[in-house]
Amino acid sequence: MNIEFSKHTLANGLNVLLHEDRSCPIVAVNLWYHVGSKNETPGHTGFAHLFEHLMFEGSEHHDKGFFQPLQGAGASLNGSTNADRTNYWEVVPSNALELALWMESDRMGYLLPALTDAKFKNQRDVVLNERRQNYENRPYGLAPMAMLAALFPPDHPYHWTTIGEIDDLHAATIDEVREFFRTYYHPANASLAIAGDIDPNETLDLVGGYFGGIAGGPAVAPVQPADVLLEGERRLLLADRVELPRLYVAWITPAMFDADDAELDLAADVLANGKTSRLYKRLVYDERIATDVSASQNSREAGGFFQVAATAAPGHSLAEIARAIDEEIARVATDGPTADEIERGRVQVEAQFMFRLQSVGGFGGKSDQLNAYNVLVGDPDFFGRDLDRYQRVTVGSMQSAVGKHLANSRRVMLSLVPRDRVSLAIPDSSPARVS
Amino acid sequence: MMLIDRSRLPVPGPATLYHFPAIEKSTLSSGLRVWTVRHPSIPVVTLMLLVRRGAADDPVDKEGLAAITVDMLDEGSGDRSAIQIHEELSRLGAQLDSDIGADAAVLTITALSRFTGPALKMLADIAARPALREADFERVRQLRLHRLTQLRDMPGAVADRAFVRLLYGSHPYGHTPLGSERSLTALTIDDVQAFHCAIMRPADATLVVAGDCLHADSVAFAEDAFGGWTGAPAGSLPLAGALPSNARLNIIPRPGAPQSELRIGHVAAARSTPDYHALIAANMVLGGQFVSRINLNLREEKGLTYGARTSFDFRRMAGPFALQVSVQTAGTAQAIHESLDEISAIRGPRPVSSDELALGIAALTRGYARNFETAEQVARAVTQIALYDLPDDYFAQFVPRLERVTTDDITRVSAEHLDPARLITLVVGDYDTIAQDLSRLDLGQPSVLSADAF
Repeated sequence: MNIEFSKHTLANGLNVLLHEDRSCPIVAVNLWYHVGSKNETPGHTGFAHLFEHLMFEGSEHHDKGFFQPLQGAGASLNGSTNADRTNYWEVVPSNALELALWMESDRMGYLLPALTDAKFKNQRDVVLNERRQNYENRPYGLAPMAMLAALFPPDHPYHWTTIGEIDDLHAATIDEVREFFRTYYHPANASLAIAGDIDPNETLDLVGGYFGGIAGGPAVAPVQPADVLLEGERRLLLADRVELPRLYVAWITPAMFDADDAELDLAADVLANGKTSRLYKRLVYDERIATDVSASQNSREAGGFFQVAATAAPGHSLAEIARAIDEEIARVATDGPTADEIERGRVQVEAQFMFRLQSVGGFGGKSDQLNAYNVLVGDPDFFGRDLDRYQRVTVGSMQSAVGKHLANSRRVMLSLVPRDRVSLAIPDSSPARVS
Repeated sequence: MMLIDRSRLPVPGPATLYHFPAIEKSTLSSGLRVWTVRHPSIPVVTLMLLVRRGAADDPVDKEGLAAITVDMLDEGSGDRSAIQIHEELSRLGAQLDSDIGADAAVLTITALSRFTGPALKMLADIAARPALREADFERVRQLRLHRLTQLRDMPGAVADRAFVRLLYGSHPYGHTPLGSERSLTALTIDDVQAFHCAIMRPADATLVVAGDCLHADSVAFAEDAFGGWTGAPAGSLPLAGALPSNARLNIIPRPGAPQSELRIGHVAAARSTPDYHALIAANMVLGGQFVSRINLNLREEKGLTYGARTSFDFRRMAGPFALQVSVQTAGTAQAIHESLDEISAIRGPRPVSSDELALGIAALTRGYARNFETAEQVARAVTQIALYDLPDDYFAQFVPRLERVTTDDITRVSAEHLDPARLITLVVGDYDTIAQDLSRLDLGQPSVLSADAF
């Protein structure tokens, strides 16, 4: 199983990936800039994401909103920022490919002449509202900030969330916007994938025309933080406007595509995802001491963390839940998963990979996938090998990965509890720091 | 190298015509309709079972019954437990989703197409032959009660629950599918079994198969999987109750909240309205897309929110028109004022311009093919035809019908289906901070409510 594509590199350094799929008369344009919140520094958090907003506010030759002409041509479009990268995409009817390339190339080459203080302040207000809506005014919304801050040391680029700290957002200046653009938003730090109803040769000519004249900028040095080693178990407490207490347990784990990453990804499913998982069966189905449980291996470019979260049912303590999580992880570390769990995991991974192949664009579609492999592995032709990583997981390899990385002695435990019932927290927890 | 002209935007060339693939239809001996669409690009298949019964069919005092019944379907079949059912599904790489709305319940399985037969068998076991055991019911109900407890902290969920009640009162659309603590606590497994018998019957159901599978094979698999499924003839729509009259401005206090969650709307039109196409075009201009009047006003001009949107929720009976937005606390009254003003303006004072209309229509029509890319999208589109009795050429006619909508049509349908005097505004927010601003809105005496009342 693979995605047929061709890769080209323009003289200015822009990577271009082309994939032809004529099954629907639409084309996906997907552009990654290799910059995310991990390129920020303490005191300047939230900047990569704030910048993403400004990319939709007009550029020199179209100094108006970015959405209007594209939606008028029938496009859907969006962008997103995470710790490692910022992506922008349009899915357009095939006859509007050139329009999408015009728009993307104009904001890559000519953003700053259209930048104004009014736009900057307006979008900072929008971002502050995004933060209120998705973090501050949402139950459990502050947990990610507390967990990242406890897992990674203050100077580590994964110490903060992508939305950033309120004070930093207020302190951001328009000069920083200009500097950020010159450093990161240029062809040599970008990868453009085009997938769908295209003629690859004509498309490459169009791309050369629109993007070829933009100067490639300075190479961006990779962010390579020192390895993180948690010492001991940190117990934290956060009181918020919630009805039921929730426990978060997390460990530092390998980076994306590194050894044990696929093992831990599948271990998350065995432990806590879906009704067949061990912790769901025990906590929610049999003992009924939790209302929900989930787990994930959050692997990123320069490191990762594995997290289990469970919400206590009324009348049950987080300590009971912690004990069950400990026991179930220990069981996988001692006896491994069953052969049946591995076999089911294998089929499910194949299906999930296949489901993703159904879309040319959007978050997670084929164009996004090609860019992910190109930017993060340096090889867009990684689809089959990515699937292989999962197909090669065995009872023994999952057992040893869980034993090696998910130790009780090096982890963070956060009790997120109702404001008036702080006593529900795990004993000996100290207040977590959130801004 | 080609010459690039940055003095103007490229104009898209002629559109590639898109032909929605044909729907092949059969009816099984049981009365179950089997509709299939070939969509062979990837070896994946989506199975959707649509039953035209939903939360609007909840009996009085048994709100939440339809939703918990659907939730119970995958909790075991025959002597298999919920865990065993899900282990079997995962061996097929299958993903199961269940959806309950006011008008319908939909069960969806997406799987690798080599497992179409076994996946259909699972779907039939779940839908037609669930175990519906008391012990499972107690657990599932408890989880739903916990869910209700947690929703008290989610301002958006608090607003949604209260808003449908303010709009509809005791009408079948006057509650969210989840029901209330009181109604859930009173339900029994007997209620669930009786309701399952009443709603899950082949005469009211349509099985849609989209993906890499032939019609004849789907029919044969379905005949085998759903064999022996019987039930009463199709039922009729629930009776619509009278609508309540409530204060124009309603507040649910949430002390210290950094944002106010707003809902503004009223009961509007049914899916069968002849104004359907004109209304979705009007909504695009008003609040249905990023470049709509209300989003540009509240977000891009004033920075009060991360985003605002409006929608007509077209249903079998008249559904709600609603504006949804979360705004920073200090801007609450301003956001309400601006929103009410925009809704009034589109009815005539500031009519839709031909450019605005062209943009709204183009956004709906030019990218229409995007809606039919995955097997699941195709299957979902076909269920709309079955749910609302739409003609088979509905998708083919969608673009031409929208292109016939004029600016006069927009003014007429906006004036007819949006009534500023009837608009109900609900605020979930920090009342102490915003009370004074709200009193200047000229919306009459606000009604201060408790979230526990809904």
